[in-house]
Amino acid sequence: MEGHVRGRIIKDTIFKSLVMCLSFVAILPLLLILYYITKNGIAVINWEFLTTLPRPIGEAGGGIYNAIVGTIQLIILSSIFSIPVGIAAGIYLSERKEGKLSELVRLCVVVLQGTPSIVIGIVAYLWIVAPFQSFSALSGGIALSIMMLPVIIKTTEETLKLIPYHLKEASLALGVPYHRTILKVVLPAGLTNILTGILLSVARITGETAPLLFTAFGNQFMNYNIFKPIDSLPYRIFYYAMSPYPEWHTFAWGASFILVVMVLGLNLTARGLASKWKVQF
Amino acid sequence: MAAMKNDRPTSIVDKSEKRFTACLAISAIIIVVLLLAVFFTLLVTSIPAIKAFGIGFLYSKDWNPALEKFGALPFLVGTLLTSFLGLLLSIPFSIGISVFLGEYCKEGPISTFLRSAIEVLAGIPSVIYGLWGLFLLMPIIRSLETMIGVAPHGVGIFTSALILAIMVIPFSASIGREVITLVPSDLKEAAYSLGATRFEVIKNVVIPYARSGIIAGILLALGRAIGETMAVTMLIGNSNFLPTSLFSPANTMASVIANEFAEATGTTASSLIFVGLVLFLVTTLVNIVGNFIIKKISIESSREVG
Amino acid sequence: MESTILRVEGFSAFFGAHQILKEVNLSTSNNLVTALMGPSGCGKTTLIRCINRMHELIPGGKVSGNIFLKEKNVYEMEPIILRRQIGMVFQKPNPFPTMSIYDNVIAGYKLNGIKRSKSDMDSIVEESLKNAALWNEVKDALHRKGTFLSGGQQQRLCIARALAMNPEILLLDEPTSALDPRSTAQIEELIVELKKTTTMLLVTHNIAQAARVSDYTAFIYLGEIIEFGPTDKMFTVPKDKRTEEYLTGKFG
Repeated sequence: MEGHVRGRIIKDTIFKSLVMCLSFVAILPLLLILYYITKNGIAVINWEFLTTLPRPIGEAGGGIYNAIVGTIQLIILSSIFSIPVGIAAGIYLSERKEGKLSELVRLCVVVLQGTPSIVIGIVAYLWIVAPFQSFSALSGGIALSIMMLPVIIKTTEETLKLIPYHLKEASLALGVPYHRTILKVVLPAGLTNILTGILLSVARITGETAPLLFTAFGNQFMNYNIFKPIDSLPYRIFYYAMSPYPEWHTFAWGASFILVVMVLGLNLTARGLASKWKVQF
Repeated sequence: MAAMKNDRPTSIVDKSEKRFTACLAISAIIIVVLLLAVFFTLLVTSIPAIKAFGIGFLYSKDWNPALEKFGALPFLVGTLLTSFLGLLLSIPFSIGISVFLGEYCKEGPISTFLRSAIEVLAGIPSVIYGLWGLFLLMPIIRSLETMIGVAPHGVGIFTSALILAIMVIPFSASIGREVITLVPSDLKEAAYSLGATRFEVIKNVVIPYARSGIIAGILLALGRAIGETMAVTMLIGNSNFLPTSLFSPANTMASVIANEFAEATGTTASSLIFVGLVLFLVTTLVNIVGNFIIKKISIESSREVG
Repeated sequence: MESTILRVEGFSAFFGAHQILKEVNLSTSNNLVTALMGPSGCGKTTLIRCINRMHELIPGGKVSGNIFLKEKNVYEMEPIILRRQIGMVFQKPNPFPTMSIYDNVIAGYKLNGIKRSKSDMDSIVEESLKNAALWNEVKDALHRKGTFLSGGQQQRLCIARALAMNPEILLLDEPTSALDPRSTAQIEELIVELKKTTTMLLVTHNIAQAARVSDYTAFIYLGEIIEFGPTDKMFTVPKDKRTEEYLTGKFG
């Protein structure tokens, strides 16, 4: 009897240690990735790297200024396309909880969220690049905005659903029209959460490469024309990493460091926002 | 019954009211139209390839742009091998994390650390996994390959599967953790009161109860693995031949598009779009099933609480 | 001088196929508190939500019959214009969480885009808060968020918000049901005080509260007004057997 119990306890202990080991082994790659990015990245980062354009191979120096600016331009472009539509569709879903169109939209959001980014890249190519006969910042922005939409719609819907109904009633009872009630009472009450969602969706697309391969493409010069190809950090990392030149490989690490800092910074800001500026009901 | 009094005359306010609700409805419709447009764009532009190769496209193994002969079998096999192998490698870890965070260590600094680590892991861009894999994983795999006596490519199906495993762990783990915390505590307490050890409770109560949720999490991870592009493109070796072993270079559906679409024209482009269409349909199916299971679980558990 | 503020005539309300109010008749005069009393689910809340046309906002909500506010048929008025003339206070205090105390009081003007000079707004806020007996407690914190106040203070803030619009009538939907006894007493005192200037309709399931603050009482049961008359009379010599049973706690 006692031996039997001891066996069970030993099994229990083994299982617990196994689960702990697996958990920590699983995050080992993360620590390794962060370590290498920091180690290899910081080594190349200096003022010149951040503020000059890339140089052809063979010429020393140069930087990724155009890629940083390009990424920011792409973020702005895709935000312009996705935020208004996304928030409006999210409001629609939270206001019409049932209904055929709402169900359909929810299904579409699930499908869009699961659609591989490379497929969205193809579509943006067929819609914009092919007719205009040129890779362009516009097509990249459209592709990324399609990727942002599901996250924005979902957070808006879920946030607004949690806003107590009596708040809406308070406004309506004051004779405030429905649309003003939504825009001035309900939306502000959920604003921090929606902003968090937007920042998370921006963080998600900042590192996206696949949809840019044949839309924004890349550009070793600075470009502010949305109908021309534009550079971006993830594209530059890919381009440098796949090149045969060791010097460019180090540049890829440097650009990765900047990209990771941007993505993690966005994530942290989003979470800070959510916990600090929470609206109390 | 007297006339209902809700059909009252409209006014100026009603007009801006209507404009507002119209805007919301239009935005909702845009989402539906967007998805339909994505699907039909892919379908229409792949028609030349569908016409030329028919269903044989899916089981023919020759991909030869020079001869304009296209079959997607190598990429289907590449996708299946990398994603399933990656998933297989990830399952012990993601279940381990789910159980650890959902049962053993629900709060406290260790839990917070592990959870944020997983979130960071999920947030790292795919291209950076690719970069890391290319310069750190590849040499290790290469020496491993030399050791076991296969051609030391360093890149290929196994390397890609490994990076995919690392990339999908956060997704299945966070879903698994959530469903495990949904297991009602009275069920667990009933088992404890009968003298079960924690391991026995987890094995006989928690896991069976959370099984469909864990499976859904794995399914959603599969969807991601199938569609994952950059890291795989950088690590799979870009070979259009049917892979002969787990270590051979290959291409997945996503990676062949990434590698070839920018320079493709005519039938090649149409064939690549056809591959994209297949990819789209497969991931959509996997996602809808996964989300359906999760929705069902959350409805059931809310019903039990309520 | 007494004049009729509100008159309800042959009024029915529906929720889908379910009839909630059956041919209700009721009228109330200026500066009186009329209590609507009855067991939960009797339709008393629905009745006041029909007066400012909030009932029809719920899907399936339909009405028939007429309600007159100062001899104007409310069902021929623009709902949002009507609601600006009727104040409403809800069961649960619901100050706007994103607004300061000051902005909460003036919310009816701000949200409706009604422009007032700064000094006008200041005086509206001060007067409304004084009328709601909240001024002394919050006058130094006007620009803090309304949600930091206690439940009773929040409810008085909501009353101030309704009073700021200078309503013809104030609808109170079980305003103390979410509050502790002390806050309840304060609100009741406030209602008695406000009676000097404001007409009120008070929904309550608390018999003692109706007795304490109201001049007239309507007893509603299963969607019908069973009895309507001066509160002191109804509580001493109820005419209907059902009223008597309710007042003596036989059901409810």
